[in-house]
Amino acid sequence: MEFLSYFGGVFEPVAMLLLLGGTVGGLILGATPGLSPTMAVALLIPFTFHLSPTHGLILLGAAYTSTVAGGAVSAILLRIPGAPANIATALDGHEMAKQGEGARALHLSFLASGIGGVIGVLLLIFLTPVLAQWALAFGPSHLFWMAILGVTLIGSLDSKSFVKGLLSGCIGLWLSTIGYDDMQGAPRFIFADALTGGINIIAALIGLFAIPQVMEMFAKGRNAAAIQAVTVTKHKLSASAKEIGQSGRALTVGTVVGSIIGLIPGVGGQIAGLVAYDQTRKLSPHKAKFGTGHPEGVIAAESANNAMVGPSLVPLLTLSIPGSPTAAVLLGGLLIHGIFPGGDLFERHPEVIWTFINSMLLGQILMVAFGIWIAASAAKIARAPMPIMAAAVLILAVFGSYSVQQSMGDVYVMLVLGIGMYALEKFGFSAAPLVLGLILGPIAEANFIQGSMIATATDGSLAYFFGGPLNIALVSLVVGSILYSFLSNRQVNTALKTVEAAE
Amino acid sequence: MTGARTQHIVPAGIVLAVAIIVAWLSFTEEPTEAFLFPRIISVAFVGLAVWNMYRAAAGLARVGGGIDGRTALNVLPGLIVALAFVFFAATALGFYVAGTLTFLAIYTIYDPTPLSSLNGWVRRIIVTAVFMAVMYGLFALLLKVQTPRGMFF
Repeated sequence: MEFLSYFGGVFEPVAMLLLLGGTVGGLILGATPGLSPTMAVALLIPFTFHLSPTHGLILLGAAYTSTVAGGAVSAILLRIPGAPANIATALDGHEMAKQGEGARALHLSFLASGIGGVIGVLLLIFLTPVLAQWALAFGPSHLFWMAILGVTLIGSLDSKSFVKGLLSGCIGLWLSTIGYDDMQGAPRFIFADALTGGINIIAALIGLFAIPQVMEMFAKGRNAAAIQAVTVTKHKLSASAKEIGQSGRALTVGTVVGSIIGLIPGVGGQIAGLVAYDQTRKLSPHKAKFGTGHPEGVIAAESANNAMVGPSLVPLLTLSIPGSPTAAVLLGGLLIHGIFPGGDLFERHPEVIWTFINSMLLGQILMVAFGIWIAASAAKIARAPMPIMAAAVLILAVFGSYSVQQSMGDVYVMLVLGIGMYALEKFGFSAAPLVLGLILGPIAEANFIQGSMIATATDGSLAYFFGGPLNIALVSLVVGSILYSFLSNRQVNTALKTVEAAE
Repeated sequence: MTGARTQHIVPAGIVLAVAIIVAWLSFTEEPTEAFLFPRIISVAFVGLAVWNMYRAAAGLARVGGGIDGRTALNVLPGLIVALAFVFFAATALGFYVAGTLTFLAIYTIYDPTPLSSLNGWVRRIIVTAVFMAVMYGLFALLLKVQTPRGMFF
């Protein structure tokens, strides 16, 4: 119950203000189509640079939590998921809204998000220290394999094509080596002056997540169809709360599925809502009602989305492996404040980490309160014209990346990486493994070099990096994740060929 | 060869070329110790890039629809404005002036309201001014970020 002794930090005026700002801002950003939670958190990181680590993390945590929930607003009212995580919410949520039950759907969505979110953060509170103790036994070879595992997991599981996912991871790992080498001070791959100091993680995160979305908005052209929102009529909150109490099955399935998916490194929240929705439908006696405006569909999807948030930080804080792309960006936020995840994290920075986790617990409650309150207004903002959103995100990306080190080089890197990522995404590459490679590259390299030195002094590299039960288990997981993804891809391709042949 | 296949071959070729350059530099540059980790990465990089190239050439690359002509035409004006802002205007004119012009340019280019509409121009100018005032307040006054001033500010 150590976390209780750090609760006071959350109620400090500045912390509360940031928590409120992050929650309300996150809800609005989440409700805006085209602005993903990952991008919102990436754009916020430069602002945390000017805050203490605790306050910076509180802001990022609040934004992470509320952008995921806020995405339900546009999913329900506009049938445009604010984030990929809200795809399942749109299936029944929008049907409810069309039937004049938009307010009810929004209430159910935020209440389910809150319940799932609180349980997810409680899992984070109780599981993280246990896993952290276990991670203390890790040496350089294990940490090296953990970093590689992070890249292969997210590369093979988060991408539609596992070859392109792993390639993205490789590109990220290579980008992380640009600049001067830490051990020898030797220049590596410095093709332009802007690369002399290496690739700044924050500028890269902004470029990789914000610029492709700006270009996606450009791609819609001048005549982008106007977004039509459904009018919201009032609904009693007490009736919605009663309904949530009676929807135990959907809530339980959503929360359990979301928590488990969050705990699996690299899988992320995109699939949590869809898997929970599918499982709830299978277990429901009213299967046929799903997709026609059934409240259980909204409850299952939204409880899963937010239940995933807390557990996705468990592997991040203990093993440096993010559970979702947004958690990967959060890892960048931790690193710029000099906080390195690992087994001894709770010994080195207990105040920062516990206050951050506690703020997420309180943030869930604030998210529900503000979400219900501002949902209807957020829908108006969600209809902000695309040209304004595109211009605003571009300017914010340029100013944000410049402000990190006050360097134009970072702005150039941000834009070039962003344009490159847009092109790569169009051909099936994914930003998440590239970012993870970029973030985990230095961790992998430092531990590889350290491990090589130990290996030279002891039994040699082969025995050091591949010997021992933990190394064998980690290498097996790396190979297993690649094989699993390869076989799944093959299965999908075979099915596609069969369909094409039949046509 | 179909258009879709060609669309996949071009990026696969570029990625393969980058992988080969990275591998070549990793194995030829000195000191060896500094390039130990890049060497390991580059081996995997080249291997995967070759596999990706083979899949693209064989027509097995199914993920990603590529960039069609219409998309490219839509993206191009915004891209040119963004590049001009970052690589020229930001330092030549100053961040805030360049930012204002960029915002107005992008808003105007992609706004479906006809250019002849006076109301449209008034709305665009007001939105731009308000947004840039917020940016100035946030970055110059609150965060005290010293941005390049250029000819103006």
